[in-house]
Formats: sequence, C-alpha cells, structure tokens
Amino acid sequence: MTIHASRRDVLKGAGALVVGFSLAATLGEVLAQGTKPLALTEVDSFLAIDTKGEVTLYSGKVDLGTGVATALPQIVADELDVPLNRVKLIQGDTALTPDQGPTWGSLSIQIGGMQLRNAAATAKAALLEEAAKRLDAKKEDLKVVDGVVSVGNKRVSYGELIGGKSFALKLDHAKPAAAKNPKDYTLVGKPVPRVDIPDKVTGRFTYMQDFRVPGMLHGRVIRPAAIGATLENVDETSIKDVAGVVKVVREGNFLGVVAESEWAAIKAAQKLKASWSKSQTLPDAAKLWDEVRASKVAKDEVTSNVGNTAEAMGQADTKTLKATYDFAIHTHGSIGPSCAIAEFKDGRLTSWSASQATHNLRKQLATMFGMPVENVRCIYVEGSGCYGRNGHEDAAADAALLAKAVGRPVRVQWSRADEHGWDPKGPPTLIDLRAAVDGAGVVTAWESEFFIPQQTAGSFNVPLVAATLAGMPAGNDIAPGNIFQNSAIPYKFANVKTVCRLETTPFRPSWIRTPGRMQNTYANECFIDELAAAANADPIEFRLKYLDPNDKRGIEVLNRAAALAKWEKRPSPKRDDRGGEAATGRGIAYCKYELARTYIAAVAEVEVKRSTGDIRVTKFYLAHDCGQIINPDGLRNQIDGNVIQTMSRTLIEELKYDRSSVTSLDWATYPILRFPQIPEIVYDLIDRPNERPWGAGEPSAAVVPSAISNAVFDAIGVRLRSVPFTPDKVKAAMKGAA
Amino acid sequence: MAQRKSLNVNGKTVRISIDDPDMPLLYALRDNLALHGPRFGCGLAQCGACTVHVDGKAVRSCVTPLSSLTSQQKVVTLEGLGKPQRLHPVQRAFIEEQAAQCGYCINGMIMESAAFLAKTKKPTEAQVKEALANNLCRCGTHARIVKAVMRAASA
Repeated sequence: MTIHASRRDVLKGAGALVVGFSLAATLGEVLAQGTKPLALTEVDSFLAIDTKGEVTLYSGKVDLGTGVATALPQIVADELDVPLNRVKLIQGDTALTPDQGPTWGSLSIQIGGMQLRNAAATAKAALLEEAAKRLDAKKEDLKVVDGVVSVGNKRVSYGELIGGKSFALKLDHAKPAAAKNPKDYTLVGKPVPRVDIPDKVTGRFTYMQDFRVPGMLHGRVIRPAAIGATLENVDETSIKDVAGVVKVVREGNFLGVVAESEWAAIKAAQKLKASWSKSQTLPDAAKLWDEVRASKVAKDEVTSNVGNTAEAMGQADTKTLKATYDFAIHTHGSIGPSCAIAEFKDGRLTSWSASQATHNLRKQLATMFGMPVENVRCIYVEGSGCYGRNGHEDAAADAALLAKAVGRPVRVQWSRADEHGWDPKGPPTLIDLRAAVDGAGVVTAWESEFFIPQQTAGSFNVPLVAATLAGMPAGNDIAPGNIFQNSAIPYKFANVKTVCRLETTPFRPSWIRTPGRMQNTYANECFIDELAAAANADPIEFRLKYLDPNDKRGIEVLNRAAALAKWEKRPSPKRDDRGGEAATGRGIAYCKYELARTYIAAVAEVEVKRSTGDIRVTKFYLAHDCGQIINPDGLRNQIDGNVIQTMSRTLIEELKYDRSSVTSLDWATYPILRFPQIPEIVYDLIDRPNERPWGAGEPSAAVVPSAISNAVFDAIGVRLRSVPFTPDKVKAAMKGAA
Repeated sequence: MAQRKSLNVNGKTVRISIDDPDMPLLYALRDNLALHGPRFGCGLAQCGACTVHVDGKAVRSCVTPLSSLTSQQKVVTLEGLGKPQRLHPVQRAFIEEQAAQCGYCINGMIMESAAFLAKTKKPTEAQVKEALANNLCRCGTHARIVKAVMRAASA
C-alpha cells in the first residue's frame, strides 16, 4: 500500500491514479471538519470501514419504502464479503452522501447500486492488495470470509488493514472495477429479509413523522381558500382562546401558525379566521380535455420518425383507424401526509424531511432564503411512501419559513387536506393516435400526438409552495418528469410520434410513479390492441409480428407472460360471449421501459358486470425482466405495489376540483382501491445474473391500464379510452357501442 | 388551562398534562407519551393508520377524544401488542410474510387484524379482506397483508 502525503492532495485531484489508502484523518475527524468527500469519483464518498471492520455506506439514493435500504447494503456486503449486519446505511444527507441524483425513475439499483458496487469492488481490490503484502502472499491465493482475509493460517481483517484511515481511491463509473463473478454471489439474488420491517411492525421505527429535535415547536399551514388567491386579512383574535400559540406567521400569501404543542397548532390552524380574494384559475372540469387540446403549444417535438406515414396513410386500399385516449389528473396520496422539521442556527439551515432529492432541495431552499448553498444541510428521514415528488419538499419549505420566523426549530405536519389539496399532481394526459392498415391487414403507418405539459429544460425543481405564496424566489419551472418517455413504440412500422409540449397545465405538475411512461404505454398498448382486433388477429401474435426479431428479451417476456397466463390464442373480443350478466375477458400489454431497459408483459383477467359497469380484475399475470435480480422477494413486493396501486389509479382515481381549488380533499372524495378489490397476482421473474440490473420500481406499473382496458374489450367488445374506467364510463361505452 | 389526565396505556397507568380535554387520543400517545406505533394519516377515521385497542376493540385514535376515556379503560398500542422478544402472532406473521413497503399503514393493519382475529378464529380470506376494507394502504401491500393475517390465524 502506498501511503500518500495528505488527503488534501488527493482531493485536489492531482490526476495521479491513487492505489492505496491515505494518511488522512479518520472518518470521525473528517466529519468533524465537514470535509467528508462527496464526489462521485471517490470511494470515500460512498464507503468507510472502521477499525472494527464495520462498514458505513453513504447513499444519495434513499429508501422510499421500496426496500433499497436492504438491497443496497446487500450489493455492497456481497462485493466486500462482509456480513450484511455489519453494513450501516446513511441515506440522503447533503453533508455526508454523494449526489447520485434524486431517488426516482427506477434508478436506485440500476445507477445508485452500481455506483456502490463499483466503490465496493474498488475498495476490496485495494484491501486485497494490502493484505497480500501483509500476509506475504499472492493476491489470487487470498480468501475473504466475513471481512477477514486469510491464506493458510495467516489472517488479517479489513479493520486492521484500513487502520482507521479512509481509502483515498478514485472511481470511474464509466469503467467500473471488476466485480465478483455473479456465480460467487451469496447475498445478491437471494430473498434477504428487509432490515426495516421488524422495527416497522413493532413501533420502533422512526419515520419523519415521528422525528423530533430538542426545543422544537409545532407548525401548521393555512393554505389559500383558492389557488392564486390573495390573503386579505387575518384576525388573530380568533385564536386567542387557544393555549400555547407562539406566533401567527404571515408572509405575503403564506399563512402559518406555530404553537408549543401539536394539538394547539392544529386547533389554531382550524380556528384562525383569514379572508382571501376570489380566484378562479382552474379549467371547467367538465371541459378539461377541450382545454388541454386548446392549450398553447410551447414546443412540438418529434420523438421518433420512421418511414413516411403520410404516404402510407394516403394509399388507396388503406383503412385508417383513429382513437383518442385520456388519463385523469392524479394525486400521490401518501397515507402519511408530508412532514418536515427545520432549524435556523448561526446563519445555517438544517432541514429534516422525507425528500427524495435532498441535494436538489438544498439548492431550492438556499435560493428561497437567499443563502449560500453551503449553509444549508438537508437530511433525509424516511417518511410515508411518496411515489414521486409529493409534498415532502413543500413541507420542508413551510418548516423553514416558520422556523426562521420564530427562531426555534419547527416541525410542520401537513393535514390530509393539505396533502390532497396541495401536493403537486400528475398532469392530465391526452393522446391522439392514428394508424393505417392496408388491404392485406398489414399496419403500414402509426402516428401519435401527446398533449402533455412541457418540461423546463434542465430543471427538475417543482416550485416550493411556501416560496411561491410568500413571494420569495421560487422560480416557475414545470417539472412533470420526462413524461415524453415511451411515447415512441417498440413496434416496427412507419411511425411518427409528436410530443406537444403544452405551455401550461392545470395544477403544479410533478412526477407520480411511472410518469408519462404509464399514460403513454396505456394509449399505445390499447391502440395496438385495436389494430390487432381490426386485423382479427390474436393480440400477442400481432405484437410479436411487429417486434424487432433481434430484441430477444422482449419476445421472451411476451411469450412467458402468455405461458404464465395459459393464453388462449384467438382474436379479441371473445366470440363465445353468451351475453350473461358477468362477462370475462383477458388482455395483454407489453412495454420495454423507455425503449431501453426493463421488459414487462402483463395479462389481466377481468370480470365486467353488464348492469352496473363494474370491473373486477380477478387475476393479474406478469413476466418481468430487469436483468440481474438483487432481491427477488423485494422485487415481488415492489411489483405487487406497482400492480395494485396502478389498478387503483386505472379503475377509480380522479382528482376533483372546481374553478378555484381541489375539492377531493380526503379519502371519501378521492377513493383508492380497498382489500376486497385486490386480484391474485402471479409472477414470472426472469433473473439474468450475468446481465446488469435494471430498474423495477416503475416499469411494471406501465402495463396495468392497457392490460385492463384490453381485457374489458375482450370481455364485452367495448374499448375503454378514458382513465379511470369508472362504472359510468363503462356503461356509457356499452351504450355507445350498442 | 393545563389539566392532568390519567390513562392506562400498554398496561401502565400514565398521567399526562393537557390543555384540551377533547384532544384526540392519538396526540396524547404520540406527543405526550412519545409512542410511534399509532400514526397520523387523516384525522378523519378514514384510513386506519392511527388504530389502537381500547379494551380489546380496534379504535381510531385520531377521532377518540381523551374526554371519552377513563383511566380504567385499557389502551394498547402497537408497542404494547408484543415485545421484540415476544411478538404477537400477527406481528410475527407480518415479518415472516415481509408484509410492508413503506410500512406507514402497517400499524393499523396489525391492530385491526389482531382485534379481528381475537374474535374470529378461523377466518376465510374473504373475511380478512372485509375486516380490513376500511384500512387504506397506498403502496399496494394488500396481497401480503392478507397472507400475513391468514398465517397468523393458523398459527
């Protein structure tokens, strides 16, 4: 091992390949000095091993209830050959964890996990090199068991090798260090039980909503009566009877209360009399799709352009099919409303929240308060599942504003109505599709247009509500989350995909699980089913005919879904429909996520009650190929979530609003799926240990709406083109088809 | 005016100081007694995340005013249901089935199921689903939760 002069030289990036540990400070000292490395190019940014051999893992990707707090340590423990219980995970702390990007887009394993694997493999190679010297042996003769390197009867532990120092090793994620041979993995690929579940079922787990800091006060926000309304008057005497109120905080249109106890804060927020100006900025809900269609187009993008569709559409013996699909506005619907704590001390802001993007939040808060970003520290504390950018960041901004106003740490817990009313929404999506089928039944052209909000270039910052209301720097970025993805199709015919980026969309948009990919795949996979039906072809066979024959994994996933569901080869709709009260059907949907990674194919089996229009999904089959599976049980758990949550979104969910504000402010007005409606879910998880792992947090959700719509068509011969598929819409569609 | 209130929580008599006798039990448990089991979800008795047992019955603590409780009534929270070394069969089954994603709703699922199983010894799967029909889960852990309750029922 080469001992380097100082860690500072290394950090300066002299360019030399660093092959050993530095004589740098111990981790404790590094933390005390606030100099913990955070660069993605340093092993020390990700990994530390103390003298006892305890491993600390620093992850910018966080566990949002998806199980990566188990899976990420699994990857690292296996790579290092240490027991899983000796790996401690620190997540999403801007002072300690590298910025690996927000925890989104099914990238925690695919990107975050592979960066960690690279760090672990790099560290291990250096440890073995050092061990070879100390044990006077060849590196390839060394054996590692539980963090102890041995050859014959000579042994040395990782703790002894590192000797309390840091690694000072460079990383190149484009050229990762050689990882273990997949056949030698003992933890990767195994259904390791989740590390957090015992504490979660016994009440020992500390969620963000449980977290407390000394001297803390409780805050609540009072949001405008209408979106865009101006705060005209606040009558503080209205809460004079509430004991324990510390302060009413009014800043522009931001209004909040701070109290000694949580209940006092709640009562004060409920009783505080405030008057707001009238504001009607929202579209008429009954004419939403007309408004979306009429919205000004900021930018028109073509996401794929193959062949000449206009020419194909104009051919004499060609039939043209057209359809329009829409997908409602959805809310994240976290069971625990957003919560955060903030503290201003000595010109520095510390923010605790369940943000999925603490590094971005740090910049947003610094901008909001006009502070140097170095003076803001954001720390992740796991909260209720968020499924995207819900209200966690907004609660963090609320807490910071209130904490600054009272000079003490403040905890803000949103109410149910705050969460349903003010989290950013999944934007409404409208999609037009056209296709040409020639005399021989061959699809010769496919055109589509997506009416979706624009994405502010290079920004994924959803403006913070508190900053906007208070008139503090907030920006007005639009960040729905790369929702053009999967607008292009995997099928090989002449096609043009136009993505219309609308200048505006009702409500502040953000990403909700499988943003855009879900809506776009729904329209595409339903419309391809329409084409199959028009060609009187079996829907799976029809898809296979147009898939790239070289895309073997795509073809395999479709075939395996068919086998899993014992798919009966025939066209839809079902011919032997006897017209009874309950009609049954099955539908297929396929997706290659972002046309670049995880493959999924699903078969839904449904029962439709003709008199009521009720759809029941009885069984859901899913074939899933995300490459190397890190934890098959965690994967199943995640896919369960994708399927069930998306069934809920597909069948029931729709944000309700009037011209002023959201009106579905609780679970009665924004219902979600309940236990009696849950289908049996059957999986075929394709494990490819020698391939790299791809994401699984979102892809399986993409196929749910279309599989259900296609199954309903199979059952009753009626095409559902408007999510949610409520009984009223089913009945209306049946009436229209009759 | 601050006043004292006696409660029996997890087998112990506790005295807390409160300003409002109508404060819901949930806030006494979480803020005065620092318990993490019962969770705030809606404050409207719609989701079940706050469920505790009062004399063995599953109760939504977010809408249970303290004034409605006597010091004789036995309040049990998730923490008091079983101990880490000696888990309640429902808690054990939830671990064995790995029945949690974010886990925020799981308190309610366990408390509701434990009360249900105490009076329904051999439930069918449909009965379990009905018993939990008013407990909401957003992550989509329902299938595993049902399996866990069925496992606990046969334990």
